[in-house]
Amino acid sequence: MDAEVRLSEKTNRYWFVQGMCGIWSVPAVILMLSFVGFAAFTAEAGVPVGQVMFMTGIVWALPAKVILVGSMLSGANLLAAFVAVSLSSVRMMPMVASLVPELRARTTPTWLLLILSHFVAITAWVFATERISSVPRERRAAFFAGFGVTLTTVNILLVGIAYNLVTQMPPVVAGCLFFLTPVYFLTSLWISARHRVIHWALGIGLVLGIVFHELALEFDILLAGLVGGTVAWAAERRWRSARAGGSA
Amino acid sequence: MSFEGLWPYVFIGIAGWLATDIWRWLGVLAGNRLDEDSEMLNWVKAVATALVAAVIAKLIVYPTGTLQASPLWLRLAAVAIGALAFFASGRRQLYGIVAAIAFLAGGLSLLGA
Repeated sequence: MDAEVRLSEKTNRYWFVQGMCGIWSVPAVILMLSFVGFAAFTAEAGVPVGQVMFMTGIVWALPAKVILVGSMLSGANLLAAFVAVSLSSVRMMPMVASLVPELRARTTPTWLLLILSHFVAITAWVFATERISSVPRERRAAFFAGFGVTLTTVNILLVGIAYNLVTQMPPVVAGCLFFLTPVYFLTSLWISARHRVIHWALGIGLVLGIVFHELALEFDILLAGLVGGTVAWAAERRWRSARAGGSA
Repeated sequence: MSFEGLWPYVFIGIAGWLATDIWRWLGVLAGNRLDEDSEMLNWVKAVATALVAAVIAKLIVYPTGTLQASPLWLRLAAVAIGALAFFASGRRQLYGIVAAIAFLAGGLSLLGA
């Protein structure tokens, strides 16, 4: 028993370190570049560096932070800011929900999943969706923890350093840093899709994101996700059963 | 608002942390009830993907900061060039990203952004 515990401890550590090594992956490097852009943005806006580092660790999701800083700058009251950030962060729910069945083992306690969920944002989600299936199920929590904790810690420090270095960024560089994020997300989603329905959802979500924004709907992203995802899922399901019926 | 004292940290804690982590926790509770091979999980994945796709589309079409002043066609062309490089190279992510960013950087420099 003792030896068994020892062994599993050791391999958990091994997978934790494997997760840590994810800091050198393309997704992590691109996120770090995005955080350099965020540091420049907050420095220009005059948010103190301590608060920028604090929110990097505690909020973590980049879009939520951009909205939070926007609310702070415009002097929004606490409730208004809470609602604005909530609306951008609702998308965390389906992201986390879709990851949990792959992340957990039979013995993974819920409190651990609740803690680990803090490290989920688009980058960690894409990274995990891409790689988690190649990790033994019992070690997936350790692997994800290694990646999530490292990525967050490194970016808190990075923001603190970059804040003082990049106050004056050439516009072309700032523009390219900003543009890295969408281009990287697009390619990542395409690569990590293991099912046709994901490609369909990606295409429909892109279009609906624009359409709903143009219609000036308040909850454009949320609606695009719900409507786009549901349409993609229903259409793909229909197509699947039609094909199964046709070939039978 | 003022950035002095403790209040900004409380503000970040409530409007930032709580407003975000609540959804992550609800995601855990919902995900705990999902079977890995269920049709329901397929749907949740599709919704999550479409949500992220909508964020991507908005970043490209309605950017904030410096890119706000750049023409839409340049950004769309950069994405198209990136997609071309991505698929032509057998879906190598780095090729797609480098092509898109290089095209954007070239365009921004030529247009004197």
